[in-house]
Amino acid sequence: MGILSSLRTIWLILLHMFRRRDTIQYPEVKPYLPPRFKGRIVLTRDPDGQERCVACYLCSAACPVDCIALQKAVAPDGRHYPSFFRINFSRCIFCGYCEEACPTYAIQLTPDFYMSEYRRQNMVYEKEDLLISGPGKYHGYNFYRVAGLAIGGKDKGEAEDEMPPVDPRDLMP
Amino acid sequence: MQEPLLSIVIIVVVLAVVLTMAAGLIYVERRLLALWQDRYGPNRVGPFGLMQVMADIIKIFTKEDWIPPFADKPVFVLAPGIIMIAVLTSFAVIPWSPGFQVVDLNIALLFFLGMSSMGVYSVVLGGWASDSKYSLLGAMRASAQMLSYEVFMGLSLMGVVAISGSFSLVDIVNAQQRLWFVIPQFFGFVVFTIAGIAETRRLPFDLPESDSELLAGFHTEYSGMKFGMFFVGEYLGVTLISMMITTLFFGGWLGPVLPPFIWFFLKTFVFICFFILLRAALPRVRYDQLMSYGWKVMLPVALLNLVVTGGVLLAVG
Repeated sequence: MGILSSLRTIWLILLHMFRRRDTIQYPEVKPYLPPRFKGRIVLTRDPDGQERCVACYLCSAACPVDCIALQKAVAPDGRHYPSFFRINFSRCIFCGYCEEACPTYAIQLTPDFYMSEYRRQNMVYEKEDLLISGPGKYHGYNFYRVAGLAIGGKDKGEAEDEMPPVDPRDLMP
Repeated sequence: MQEPLLSIVIIVVVLAVVLTMAAGLIYVERRLLALWQDRYGPNRVGPFGLMQVMADIIKIFTKEDWIPPFADKPVFVLAPGIIMIAVLTSFAVIPWSPGFQVVDLNIALLFFLGMSSMGVYSVVLGGWASDSKYSLLGAMRASAQMLSYEVFMGLSLMGVVAISGSFSLVDIVNAQQRLWFVIPQFFGFVVFTIAGIAETRRLPFDLPESDSELLAGFHTEYSGMKFGMFFVGEYLGVTLISMMITTLFFGGWLGPVLPPFIWFFLKTFVFICFFILLRAALPRVRYDQLMSYGWKVMLPVALLNLVVTGGVLLAVG
């Protein structure tokens, strides 16, 4: 019966002539990448157009290959921001831990992986290369609008769902 | 006989066509395999990837032609040449159309069988001279496999010889004017095809070079154009066996309307495609299966076929 089975196999393979080919012709046909694809890293802005990053160093600490370097600075209006923000993409393994660690949705991975360079130095992205003008995946989120920190134009107790500050030394209810 | 000049022209034409076909088969095989495996195959270089052959040739010619220091140098260099010579010489006796063949031997069939046996030397010497384990294992398998399959390869053809009464391929083709030999000699055809696959070391009988266990078998140590010669030799073998099947069982150049040349190459191409289809469809057999299959199934079938053919011929007169 091995012969019949072999002949059947040959026939079935011959029928594959009329099947659609599975190959995606890559450079001409681009594959669909979902929005949560872990590709090139960007720094986003909040809906008001301000930088979201508060330079908390959590992404840098979470990074398993230590490819993120930054320096915290404080703006005159009280906002925290990174004075420089540097990602070495020749080290980055696109694990997305930085995005998970980020408390302000500032650092995000995007569905883009066309990042080849001939010089390794060109793989080091500075803050102006990383910063985009939009909010990325989280459109409405504005960290300073929900955080208690006082900045210029928003004092303590003025954030969303925040009660006015209480004087701890006052005994009155 | 033919004039010398005409013979030379025919030789050149045969060589050119056969070598071009063998080189083209590299492309055809990859595209067809891809077609049957739902892929595209090489389609980037030139229109439909046709220039892939050129790219491969350039690559293989510019590669380092490395001879291992432990190899037996003269034999190592000689081995790939033998298979090319043996296979190319066999093409001399195949008639492509009436009158178009290098030489019309009256023992053409024996010549073909002898030359295909010569091909074994190439494989065995190549594997031996490489002086490496994998090569030797491959060469040993090759010699055992090809010797045992040659036995009934010859036997399967004797039915054809008995019916047509001649060893000359031209006579054999002419004897098929009314009926192709595939019908009276169906079992001969099947046995010859299977033996031909084993003889050219094609899947599912490619044990001498089974990639997954022996790296590349007998040509593990070969590189550059020496490997290229083994490679082209394999495709030449496929072409040769296809042409022999066409000539012996499918009426060679015979056919209505179209010119004889077209018929011959059309039929040959069908069998080449069948060889490639086998590669796409069937897994490699185990070595003991290969051997027992050859001796316990194929040989009795070939013998029975011969006896029955002889008996029928005697009865009919």
